[in-house]
Amino acid sequence: MTVTAVRKDPQALTMTIEAEFDASPERVWQLWADPLQLERWWGPPNYPATVTQHNLAPGGRVEYRMIGPAGDRHRGYWEILEVEAPRRLVFGDTHANADGTPNTDMQLATTRVTIEEVGVGRTRMSIESRFPNAEAMEWVLATGTDVGRTQAVGQMDAILTEQTIQLP
Amino acid sequence: MVVQVLAAAPDFDRMFGALADHTRRDIVRRAITAEEGIVELASHYPMSFAAVQKHIAILERAGLVSKERVGRRKVVRTNLAQLLAVRRLLDQYEELWRGRVDRMTALISETKAKGQ
Repeated sequence: MTVTAVRKDPQALTMTIEAEFDASPERVWQLWADPLQLERWWGPPNYPATVTQHNLAPGGRVEYRMIGPAGDRHRGYWEILEVEAPRRLVFGDTHANADGTPNTDMQLATTRVTIEEVGVGRTRMSIESRFPNAEAMEWVLATGTDVGRTQAVGQMDAILTEQTIQLP
Repeated sequence: MVVQVLAAAPDFDRMFGALADHTRRDIVRRAITAEEGIVELASHYPMSFAAVQKHIAILERAGLVSKERVGRRKVVRTNLAQLLAVRRLLDQYEELWRGRVDRMTALISETKAKGQ
């Protein structure tokens, strides 16, 4: 299993998910730092994401669009707070209006990513999300969901890919 | 699933607002066993009785605690069903991130296969 730990605090409204990868911290960092890779995992298969701006520097922004199965369009952006490649990334995820301007009423979550090497070629990534209110969490869920199926598909992909690699 | 969550939005907002405060979260924890009244609860915090009373009133309006008569005493009890509802929202969020981590894993495997 890739996910090694999940901690949820319903009272503080935070969730932390920890995962380990057979890869270097630099490789795991690329999942966030390379917009083309970010597009591949940020949106579930039925909510594909397009990254339209990617400036991973304090004060910079990462902007994205998502299109849902019913043609519903969503825009959002990350406001980058801290960057320390390849170890640390902190950003606020915010909903944007249809024209791309920030919807300041809708700060979604502050996300804290920590990446550390835990063995040779093995890296742990921890993602902590802290929500300001329930509305924020509902918005995230309403625009990135169908989660049960998403998870199943993701797992199948992972298994298939891994088996391919192990062939001589 | 999401539709149900959205339909219940006003309650959730009030609940999360109520839980955004450290003292109120502590009151919710202590009131799970429903052994203490307002006076006893107030003795745990370095603030006035009135201030604690106000915190409890906010929790009560959010449906997170209720006052209950036990014999001649009135105790504060946490409403576990409400807390569990909050938990379910977090469960859905966990699923979202598990999906993302799965896709990350697939992506890393893919680049390895290409020898990158």
